[in-house]
Amino acid sequence: MRRLIYLAPLVFLVVVVAGFAMGLRRDPSLLPSTLIGKPLPSFSLPPVDPQAPGLTSADMTGGGPRLLNVFGSWCVSCRYEHPVLMALKSQGVAIEGVDWKDTRADATRFLAAEGNPYDRIGDDEAGHTVIDLGVAAAPETFVVDRHGRVRYKQVGPITPEVWTATIAPLMARLKSE
Amino acid sequence: MTRLLVALWAVLALAGPALAVLPSEQLANPKLEARARKIGAELRCLVCQNETIDESEAPLAGDLRVLLRQRLMAGDTDRQAIAYIVARYGHFVLLKPPFEADTLVLWLGPFLVLGLGGLGVAAMARSGARPDTEAPAVLTPEEEAALTRRLEADRV
Repeated sequence: MRRLIYLAPLVFLVVVVAGFAMGLRRDPSLLPSTLIGKPLPSFSLPPVDPQAPGLTSADMTGGGPRLLNVFGSWCVSCRYEHPVLMALKSQGVAIEGVDWKDTRADATRFLAAEGNPYDRIGDDEAGHTVIDLGVAAAPETFVVDRHGRVRYKQVGPITPEVWTATIAPLMARLKSE
Repeated sequence: MTRLLVALWAVLALAGPALAVLPSEQLANPKLEARARKIGAELRCLVCQNETIDESEAPLAGDLRVLLRQRLMAGDTDRQAIAYIVARYGHFVLLKPPFEADTLVLWLGPFLVLGLGGLGVAAMARSGARPDTEAPAVLTPEEEAALTRRLEADRV
């Protein structure tokens, strides 16, 4: 029985190694948002297209749950995500966009070529609103409920898998809330 | 040769870290700029994750450096300026994590492990220091006879 105590360091080592192994599998870019459950910070962004409206935080309340997608024409993962957003738009999902550190010319060209999935787009060339949103890298997408509160943040592109497994069920729940 | 090595060493010792803080970002007020540098060295770049915002070339790090300087210009204390950024990006942005309930393991874990190891060493030292006082067992007559036989056989 006393001999078992010599096994204790070994058990401890196994636990520590298992902990580190689990830590290695976690994606370090998946940071929890400080905004979950809180209202969006207030912002007022000019439009990318001078004919279209810009985007303010007030636009994000009322109606139903909507997505707030931070993108940029320079962002490769956003281009990867783009067809998914187009498909969601055709399904009637409300998507607003924040164009981050982009030029209006580049953004306009990008949207003209690939299609525009956004109801409104705010131009955040300086990146202040994006910092207020706690965004580290595009694309990031916030699920915002009808009261303008952030309920979920997707770091990285919305893939069809992410949509069906996580965001669509959440949107359905928020709709009935 | 030695001189060359000493000179090389001196040059390397004098070299500071390569900071990404651009001249256009720096504040005219050297006191404020020094405070911004001190805070910047404690904030993690969210893009590169293992660099400070002062070291990082990422555009977001540049924006955070500018924002930090705006906060200081607006009269924020160091603590307020740091809290402003933590409110947006969470505690992960701090390279030195705060001492809080969910970071207790992080801060106290090493001491706990050291303590456990110390206890183990102390326990081993105590049991090792006790001399083996048990008297050696006396051989049974059969064993005695077998030993004598073996020794006799070796002698030949």
